[in-house]
Formats: sequence, C-alpha cells, structure tokens
Amino acid sequence: MSNGTLTVFIAIGVILSAAASIFAQDDILRAHGLLMTVIMFIGMLVVIVLSDYRPAHSRPSRKDDSPYMDDVVRFGVIATVFWGVVGFLAGVAIAAQLAWPQLNIEPYFNFNRLRPLHTSAVIFAFGGNALIATSFYVVQRTCRARLFGGDLAWFVFWGYQFFILLAATGYLVGATQSKEYAEPEWYTDIWLTIVWVAYLIVFMGTVINRKEPHIYVANWFYMAFIITVAMLHIVNNLSVPVSFLGGKSYSAFSGVQDALTQWWYGHNAVGFFLTAGFLGIMYYFIPKQANRPVYSYRLSIVHFWSLIFLYIWAGPHHLHYTALPDWASSLGMVFSIMLWMPSWGGMINGLMTLSGAWDKLRTDPVLRMMVIAVAFYGMSTFEGPMMSIKSVNSLSHYTDWTIGHVHSGALGWNGMITFGAIYYMVPKLWGREQLYSLRLVDWHLWLATIGIVIYASVMWVAGITQGLMWREYDDQGFLVNSFIDTVSAVHPEYVLRAFGGLLYLSGALLMAYNVYKTVTVGARRTEPVGAAGKQLEPAE
Amino acid sequence: MSIFNHHKAFERNASLLMAVSLVVVMIGGIVEIVPLFYLKNTIEKVEGVRPYTPLELAGRNIYIREGCYVCHSQMIRPFRDEVERYGHYSLAAESMYDHPFQWGSKRTGPDLARVGGRYSDEWHVEHLKSPRSLVPESIMPNYSFLLKNKLNINAIDRHLSANRTVGVPYTDEMINYALADLKAQATPDSSGLQGLRKRYDKVNARDFDGNPYLISEMDALVAYLQMLGTLVDFDAYKPRENLR
Repeated sequence: MSNGTLTVFIAIGVILSAAASIFAQDDILRAHGLLMTVIMFIGMLVVIVLSDYRPAHSRPSRKDDSPYMDDVVRFGVIATVFWGVVGFLAGVAIAAQLAWPQLNIEPYFNFNRLRPLHTSAVIFAFGGNALIATSFYVVQRTCRARLFGGDLAWFVFWGYQFFILLAATGYLVGATQSKEYAEPEWYTDIWLTIVWVAYLIVFMGTVINRKEPHIYVANWFYMAFIITVAMLHIVNNLSVPVSFLGGKSYSAFSGVQDALTQWWYGHNAVGFFLTAGFLGIMYYFIPKQANRPVYSYRLSIVHFWSLIFLYIWAGPHHLHYTALPDWASSLGMVFSIMLWMPSWGGMINGLMTLSGAWDKLRTDPVLRMMVIAVAFYGMSTFEGPMMSIKSVNSLSHYTDWTIGHVHSGALGWNGMITFGAIYYMVPKLWGREQLYSLRLVDWHLWLATIGIVIYASVMWVAGITQGLMWREYDDQGFLVNSFIDTVSAVHPEYVLRAFGGLLYLSGALLMAYNVYKTVTVGARRTEPVGAAGKQLEPAE
Repeated sequence: MSIFNHHKAFERNASLLMAVSLVVVMIGGIVEIVPLFYLKNTIEKVEGVRPYTPLELAGRNIYIREGCYVCHSQMIRPFRDEVERYGHYSLAAESMYDHPFQWGSKRTGPDLARVGGRYSDEWHVEHLKSPRSLVPESIMPNYSFLLKNKLNINAIDRHLSANRTVGVPYTDEMINYALADLKAQATPDSSGLQGLRKRYDKVNARDFDGNPYLISEMDALVAYLQMLGTLVDFDAYKPRENLR
C-alpha cells in the first residue's frame, strides 16, 4: 500500500473521529473521538514526513520479485514486537499498582482502566498481530500461493492496528462493555468485524488458490481460529447502543444468559485465539526450526477435530457455584477435563517432532524457546482442567491462582512460541544469514523463563493463601479473617509478581534490540564464550 | 486405519473443511446456552426484583465505566464462609435485569452483591474518595473525581428505552418521567418523590454525596451501591418452591 493511500485513509479517520467528538451525545464518545483525532493527526503527520517525495524513477527501486507478499508480514512482525513491549510494560505497571496503590493516577490511569488495556494489548495487539503475521507467512509458503486480494491484506493489517488504537484509547476514557476480553464498545466491535471478515477472505482466498493439493495442518488451525473468533465476537457483542452518536450500549442478554454467553466467548478467546491459532504457529515453525516433519499425521487429525469440538463446551467452568444452573456447570466441567487429552495430544505432537533432532536443543536457542513454549502449554493445559473441577474451583475461583494460571499460559506458551516464530522469520524476511545475536536469544529465553516461574509460583501461593484465609474458621465457629487481612497477606507476593513481570519485560526488550539489529545490521561477529585469545590444545 | 484416508476429503477441499469446522464449533454453544433462554428453572421465581431507577442505572454505568467488576464480584456462592461474610447466596433472578451482568471473576476486593445498606453514605463517599483514609491496608484506587463530575443526565430516558429494547420491563411512564425520577431520588424532600416511589419499590431517595447543590457521579454510584442486594426479602423466600 502506498503512503499516499495510507495518508488518505488516516485523513478520513481524523475527520470521522473529529465529527464523532463534535456531535457526540455523551462524554465517553466526546473524549474518545477527541483522543483518536489527536493520535491519528499525529500519525498522519508522521506518514507524510516519512514519505519519499522523489519522482518514481529516481527512487531506489524495490522490485517485488518474490513469489510471496511479505511486506505486510514484515510490518506485522514489527507490530508484534512493538505491541508485545507495550503490553508487557502495561502489565508491569498494573502489577506495581497492586503492590503500591499510590501509583494509581485518577481517573485515566487507575488500575481498573489500565487492566483491560493490558489484557487487550497482550492478547489482541501482541497475540493478534503475531497470528496475522505468522498466518500470512505460513499460508503463502504451505500453499505456494501469493496472498489473495492484493491490498486487502494491507487493509487487514492497518485496520487491525486501528482497532487496537480504538480499543486502547477507549479504555482510558472509560468506553467499556465490562465483558472481559470483549470490553470495546459497539462501534469498535463493528470495525473489528469488518476487518475480521477481510482477514477471513484473504486467508481462505489464499488457501483456495493453493498449488499444493493438500491443505497443511497449520492452516486448519488458523482457519478454525479465524471463523470461530468471528462467531464468538459477533454473538457476545450483540447489544443495543443508546444512541448512534454515543459510546454506550446495553448487552442484548442479561444475568445468567449474559454470563454464560460471555464465558462461552471468554474461554474460547483462550481456546481459539490463544490456542488454536498458536497451534498453527507450532505446527509450522517447530518442524521448520527442527528440520523434522511433524511427528504424527494421524495425531494431528485427532488433535484438530477433538480440540475444536471440546473447547467450545468448557466456558461454564468460569461460573461454578454461581447462579448458573448446575447442569450447565457440570457439563462445562466434564468437557474441560476431557479437553486435557487433545491438549496433551497436541503437546506430544509438537514435542515429538524433535525426535531425531533433540541434540539441536544444545545448540539452538530458538528451538529451545519453542520447546519451552510447548512445555508451558502442557503445564497450563493440565492446570486448567484441574482448576475446572468443582471442588478445586471452589478454592481457586476469585483468587490470584487464576491469574497465575493465565500467565503461565500467556507468557509461557503464547509469548515463547511467538518469540520463537519471530526469531525464525526475521532473518528470512530481511534476507539475513542469521540473527544479530544468538546469545541475546539465550538471555531472552532465561530472563523470560525465570520471570514466568516467579510469576506463576507466587500467584499460586497468593491464590491458595486467599482461598484458605477466606474460609478459615476458629474453633468457636467464627470466620478468622476480615477481607482486608487477606489483601495485606499477599503484599509480598504482589511485589514478587511485579518483579517476575519485569524480568519478562526485559527479555522482550532484548528481543526488540536483537530484531532491530538483525534488520539494520545483520549477524554480529561472535566468538564462543571463553575462546577469546585462547587456542584450544588437544589433551596429551 | 482406513478412517484416516477419508480425511483427505477435508484436506483437499477448503470450503468443506471450513463448513464442517464451523458446524463442529457451534454444537457446544447451542447445547449449553440456548436452553438457558427457555428452561423455566433457570431463573427462580422471586418477589421484589425490579428494574433499576434512573439514578441507580446511571450509577451502575459509572460502576461499569470505572471497571469496578475487575476487582469486585457480585455473585455470592452457596458456601458457609461466603454466606456468613456476604449474606444469602446470589439468585439468578437478582441479575435478571442486568445488561450486562456484573458477576465478576476476581476478588481483589470483597464481593459487593449485598453491600447495599451495610455502610453509611458518608462511609462510601469517603472510601471512594480516599480508600486508605478508612482502610489503611486497602489497595483500591482513589475515585475523588466522582464528587466533582456532574452526572450526565440529558439522555437518561434513552438509556431506559435501550434497556426496554433488550427486555427490561420499563413502562412508558417510567421512561417519560426518567429525568424527573432521577432528580427526585438525588434531592431530599423533592416533590417528585411520590411519583418515584409509585413507580419503583424500595427506593432510597436522599442526597447521597453530601453536596445538595450538584447531582454528581458520586450521587449515582452510591445510590447504586446502596441498593445492591436489598430488593429480595429473604425472610419470605422459599427455595423449595422453585423445584419445578
């Protein structure tokens, strides 16, 4: 897409936001429109300043002789790294707010407005960009076809960034539907629907245009992710706006029905956005990095169908012992436990792909990263079914155990497999022999791993502490703890959690630097540790 | 196994793969969610639950805007410790007019399903303004700006209409008098009080935030908090009657 076209689109955005702000019927849309106008105006100026104004013939020619459309993937990789750092930074910030509440700055930077910003930045901005970029990379190579629809892929990329901006700025001014992981208000939802349909068209169009007779397994998972997320997004966000010039809507469902619709959505945001899509990443990048075929073709068939069938049932385990009817809750529990099997089937398929190549773990930090990701996938898909058991859930629900569980999945599985895919793609996309520094990858790996282990274990301790203290009785039969006792009891864990998050963030910053250097410089000349100035001599 | 040979059909036909996947992922949701809309025993019969008054609805919207649900649940589970700490376990009927529901998923702070009437208005105002002035160990953010923000009330009737569209039984009269009812509830000894009480049962009407010259966002939020969980009379509630 040319910079001229982009400028025109942003200009239209500026005008629409300004109009929305001026004619807004409520404070939320007024503030949101104003904020978007300012941000997009600055964005427009940046595009105009960075554009190349020399006549076409005197510009350095960038002939696109590649059979694949990779520019949009390059942008996607950079966006993934950028939003990753932003999302992790927001996470560290809100973790610090929970440890030291003085860090809340009312009203715009209070914990409760920043928390959806953090979750959305990590899931949808970092994770979403990773999925779009890798799926565009993978689908072209496994289908031996260029992306379908020409500039439509660019619309998907920029349209998705616009969605992220709309959502993030909305949270700061208080535009929220209060549905977790579906917080954006109705106008942002409509925009995402349009972008998502375009994404489906580009992806499926490429699959249909393929020159390979078979559709590769990674693409099954990407496809299931795209269509299921479309279904979940549309149904869960059904609502009636108060005014078409206002930033407030009322959900089409109420109470029990709304709760189950939301957690049907919420759990499958995990199941399809953060699992099926990322399994697509696993099924392409691990075989490529290990240079081995996928362990079992039959296992991938069983894995795919059982995973997509079972996941969708698991939502009610978020509502155990609530006013949701018991039958629905039990059904959710049973399916969540069954879900353990396809999850581990997938893990085995990923891990065993290394058979015959295990030695590479000693020398290849990128492969190490991917394997750690799959290991964390295995751990959190065991922990999840366990927590969905009603008696376990009666202790763990409402506590920080859930937060720890989510992060072992998000940081361990989604984060690590994305980092692995980025480290795989960047040298190839920018025509470099290898990454700038493999040692930095190793540093990233260990910082991230130690960060996750600290995070998950202290949150587990905090969660059990809360759960047990809430239900603690003395021998006269009175509750022992007031609620606030259980808040101050977990302060040390909250401090350690922020520290774990900080380690994870610093790893991501190393990755950003490594990617930047790989793109601009190429591989760094290195010598093995301890080899400087020393000649190894054979033993006597 | 020969069954795997048949899988080639899906691998070679993108449209078929997409269509069958879509059917497969729809089943769970249809079986679990759809019956909730027509099975009568999903929501028990309870006396007393009514739609929110305009002021309470405005307060609820501030509760949502500020993301209170991120740290506070409104769903008491039927466990001895929760019932003793927070009150009678929550009934489905109590959130039947909640678009969206506010059950929450995390208790960084205590459950609020029955916080209504437990503390004074003054306590709530001071606590929202500066939580640590009352509870030194609290990690809740300050919400002092709610006292200064004038409540945006000019379209309150439209909020009621939108709720009616999604199924809340607001009458024409309630919608027509929405603005008057809102003002009456936040103004002590208002002449509109009689009408308000006629339209809504069990209404707390007073100046909630201690500033009679301004209907602030604090007024609305405290009005909402003070009615939470107070509508159902549990002395008259007989759970056995709901075995249908």
